[in-house]
Amino acid sequence: MKLLDLFRRKKKSGQYIAAQRLRLVLTHDRANISPGMLEVLKDEIIAVISKHLDIDTENVVVNLTEDNRRTRLVADIPILTNRARKAEVRSKKGAPGKT
Amino acid sequence: MAGKIITISSGKGGVGKTTATANLGLSLAILGKRVTCIDADIGLRNLDVMLGLENRIVYDIINFIEGRCRFRQALVRDKRFPELYMMAAAQTRDKNSITVEDMTKVAREAAEISDFVLIDSPAGIEHGFRYAVAPADLVLIVTNPEVTAVRDADRVIGLLEAEELAPAQLILNRYKPELVRRNEMLDPDTVIDLLAIDLIGIVPEDDKVFGAGNQGRPVALDEHSRAGKAFRNIGRRLTGEDVPFEALRKQTFIQRLFGSR
Ligand SMILES: Nc1ncnc2c1ncn2[C@@H]1O[C@H](COP(=O)(O)OP(=O)(O)OP(=O)(O)O)[C@@H](O)[C@H]1O
Ligand SMILES: [Mg+2]
Repeated sequence: MKLLDLFRRKKKSGQYIAAQRLRLVLTHDRANISPGMLEVLKDEIIAVISKHLDIDTENVVVNLTEDNRRTRLVADIPILTNRARKAEVRSKKGAPGKT
Repeated sequence: MAGKIITISSGKGGVGKTTATANLGLSLAILGKRVTCIDADIGLRNLDVMLGLENRIVYDIINFIEGRCRFRQALVRDKRFPELYMMAAAQTRDKNSITVEDMTKVAREAAEISDFVLIDSPAGIEHGFRYAVAPADLVLIVTNPEVTAVRDADRVIGLLEAEELAPAQLILNRYKPELVRRNEMLDPDTVIDLLAIDLIGIVPEDDKVFGAGNQGRPVALDEHSRAGKAFRNIGRRLTGEDVPFEALRKQTFIQRLFGSR
């Protein structure tokens, strides 16, 4: 068996899946917020922030994190600066000079 | 000095609360402690059968609460250990026949004549759970290495914390080392990490537990039972002895690679 298979199998093991699901369920239980509600929250956060700032709505990440039974809502909201905007325009045009 | 009141709880049903209560009662009795086990699962009593004392019950906890008998009369003495007692739950009543105050009074009275009072809590997080944990100095939370059982244990831990009730410690029951080794079962480290709670013992899955329930002779009395040994170790930890955790030791990478056992 290849070493790679060994790792891949470990990742998909029942133990791994159980641990991941358990982590998620506990986080949402403790914060008393469902995964669906978190999505709603994310949309509302985007709407509010967008009123005041130019943000990169595509790349907003809103997540619950857990540290020793203390739960945090962490929002990572990229703001579009002039430079970021230029980069975006450039990438949309399809990176000139590169063929 | 009054004894320590310990409630065995879990959230989820069927994870081993009654098994743990019976075995810890015996384990502490083996160590020479005075123990009173109280079955708080009104309407679904089982502790009597697990301890093999079902034929000797005269009065139950409700009889005492309603003033139909004296405290001592409601206790059944275990013939194996003269200082091990059990108070039976009433079988034909429901959990609303007991208040938090009733249970606290019974537990405190038991603590007067015992070094340890063990309360076998009903499953769930409703009234039965609440009166069972109310008088506790310590809550032992029993869980199994399964997503559902651990989730319910987390609920109980959260409730105990939110309401500033007793501190809690974890018993991980029905652990199967072989399945963990094959990465098919949640490993103890992950469970303890996620619950962020102190561990007091890991009890392996053991076929002898089943037979012990049938015979009314808990595995703690069986020299050769692995679960029995685990329960006896928890008993020793409850008395303050520092007993190392053998099953918890992580396998080295090499052991894991070659599947050594
Ligand atoms: N370590 C173990 N190994 C094998 N079987 C076990 C173990 N612990 C418990 N069991 C079995 O699990 C079943 C349920 O145990 P028990 O009655 O103690 O659970 P409980 O939490 O008290 O249930 P309830 O919520 O209904 O009161 C029993 O049949 C028992 O034999
Ligand atoms: Mg029970």
